[in-house]
Amino acid sequence: MLKTNHELSSRPAFPLHQRTCEVKVNDPVNSQYRYLVVSAPDELLDCEPGQFFHLLCEPEGDDQPFFRRPMSIYGFDRDRGELSFLYKVTGAGTRSLASLRAGDGLDVVGPLGVGFTLPEDMTHPLLVARGVGLATLAPLARAFRQRGVKTTAICSARSADLLMSVELFEALGVRVIPVTDADGNSGTGAIEALIERLVAEEKVDGLYTCGSKRLTTLLKRVSSSHGIFGEVALEQHMACGVGVCQACVLPFSRDGRTQDLRVCRDGPVFNLTEVL
Amino acid sequence: MADLRTRIGSLELQNPIMPASGTFGIEMADIFDFDLLGALVLKTVTPHMRAGNPVPRVCELPNGMLNSIGIPSKGGDYLVDRIIPQFSAFKPPLVVSISANSAEDFAKFASRISVAGVDAIEANISCPNIEDDGHAFAMSTTATHKVIAAMRKATDLPIWAKLSPNVGAPADIARAAEDAGADALVATNTMLGMAIDVKSGKFKLGNVMGGLSGPALKPISLRVTYQCVRAVSIPVIGCGGISTVDDVLEYLMAGAAAVQVGTASFIHPMAMPDLIRGLDERLDAEGWETVSRVNGMLAQRREAANVLEYA
Repeated sequence: MLKTNHELSSRPAFPLHQRTCEVKVNDPVNSQYRYLVVSAPDELLDCEPGQFFHLLCEPEGDDQPFFRRPMSIYGFDRDRGELSFLYKVTGAGTRSLASLRAGDGLDVVGPLGVGFTLPEDMTHPLLVARGVGLATLAPLARAFRQRGVKTTAICSARSADLLMSVELFEALGVRVIPVTDADGNSGTGAIEALIERLVAEEKVDGLYTCGSKRLTTLLKRVSSSHGIFGEVALEQHMACGVGVCQACVLPFSRDGRTQDLRVCRDGPVFNLTEVL
Repeated sequence: MADLRTRIGSLELQNPIMPASGTFGIEMADIFDFDLLGALVLKTVTPHMRAGNPVPRVCELPNGMLNSIGIPSKGGDYLVDRIIPQFSAFKPPLVVSISANSAEDFAKFASRISVAGVDAIEANISCPNIEDDGHAFAMSTTATHKVIAAMRKATDLPIWAKLSPNVGAPADIARAAEDAGADALVATNTMLGMAIDVKSGKFKLGNVMGGLSGPALKPISLRVTYQCVRAVSIPVIGCGGISTVDDVLEYLMAGAAAVQVGTASFIHPMAMPDLIRGLDERLDAEGWETVSRVNGMLAQRREAANVLEYA
C-alpha cells in the first residue's frame, strides 16, 4: 500500500530541526560536481528518499547568498551518523558550499518536504535522470534494492566523464543504462524508445525522475499511456523552505482543478499525473 | 529570569517577540513550540480567494530580500473555518492580519473575523503589492483614517494598524491611525524596491516591484518606529530587519513595546525562540529587569526633537 509522510504513525512532535553539522568530506567528483558529507544526529536522519535539507550558505568572497539553498538528500546512513549531498557548483550559494572544509560547521534545516512513494507491489521501477538529478534518485534506488526489488536506472549526461552515480547505482545492484549526448543516444526520441522497450519487455511498473522538464514530460506521457505509476522530484527557488512564504509555488492539477502548490511543502515529489 | 512581559493595549504578552505577518504559519509548529512566543500573527488574508503574483516571487539581495508574493489567500471562510481553529491549542494571543480593497470591505471583513479565538486584528494597509504601482492605503492620512475608522465601528477587537515605510511623513499617518481608533501601530511593512538581472536583462521579480525586507530594511523601519513612538500615545510594535538580540534592543530603546520578526525566520527557523532566550539572558546580564526599562534607556538628545520637523 502507499505510504506517505502524512501517514507515518510515529511522527515526532517536532519533526523538523535546525542543527549545525560537522563537515566530514567536501570533495570534487569531476569538473562540475562535489560530494559533501556531514555528520548528523539521529533526528536529522529520520528522513526519506526524495526529501531535502535547507543549507545555510555563508558569505564567501564576493558571493553574499542570503537565502538558504535547498539540497536533495544523496544519502543518509543512520549507522554511520552521516548525511550526504551531491551538488553542481553553479552560483553564489553552491560556491559558498564548495568552500567548506572538513571540520567546518554547516547549518542545516530538515528533513523537509514529501519524499517518494514506494508502492509495496512494485516489481520493476525505472529511474531516469540527467546529470545531478541522479543524486536525488540515489536514496530511492537504495530503498528499492534493500527490498530486493529489481531496479533499472537510465543515467544521462553530456559526456561519459560527466555521468554521475553510475558506480554507486551498480554497487547497489541497480542495472545502469548510460546514455550521453556524445554517443547520440540521449535525445528524447531515443530515450522514449528505450523506455517503451523496457516497459514492453521487462515489465517496468514504476517511473521516477528528477529535475529535467524534458524527461518529466516524456515520463508523464509514458506513465499516462501505459497507466504506470510515476513520480518526479521538482526543483524550484525557495525562500523559507518550510511551506510558509509561498515563494516556490507552481501550478499543478490536483482534486480536479489547477492549483498552486508549494514545491517545498506539498512536494518536492509529485505524481506525474499532477504535473502540468 | 528577566520580566519580559509587555502590554499592547488590553493585551498582555508574555514577551515582546512575535512573528511578522506573512513569515509564519502552522507549518512552523513542526520546528518549535508556539507557546514560547509573545503573540501569533497570521499571514494576511483577504475576504475572497486570491491567486497571488507570478513567479519568481522572491529574490535575494546581499543583506535582505525582495518579495512580491501577492497575498495568495483562501478567503475569509477558510480562515474562520480552518485556520483559526488550528491555532486554538496555543496559548499566546492570536492576531489575524487582513487586507481588502476598500475601507468598507476592511470593515465588513473585520466584523466577519471577530470570532472566538481571535485576540486582535492587524490591518495590513501597507502591503506594497496589493495596489496599483505599489500604492497602499497607508501612504495617505485620509485613506488610513477611513479604513481604521470603518474597522473601529465594525469590531470590538483591538486593531493594530500596520504602517508603510514608503511615506514622507510617517508621524502624520501614525496620528491618523490613532485618531481613527487604532489600539496599536506596527512599524513597518516592507519598502518598495526592484532588482534587475543584468545578465538576462530581466526583472528579478515576476511582478517587477516588490517589498524589501531583512537586515537592509532595519535602519529605515527603526527610524519610522521612532517617529511613530514620538507621534502617538498608543503602543508601537517595531518590525523590519530584526535578526539579533541587539536588533531587538535597538527597537525597544527606540520606544517599541514589542517587535515582529519576519525574514530572519526564513533563514533561521529557530530565530524567534532563540531571540526570546537571548533577550532574557541579555536583560539579566545587563541588570535591566524589564522591557519598559529598556524602552526608557535611549539617551534623549536635543536634536531628537528637531527630527520631527522632517517627519
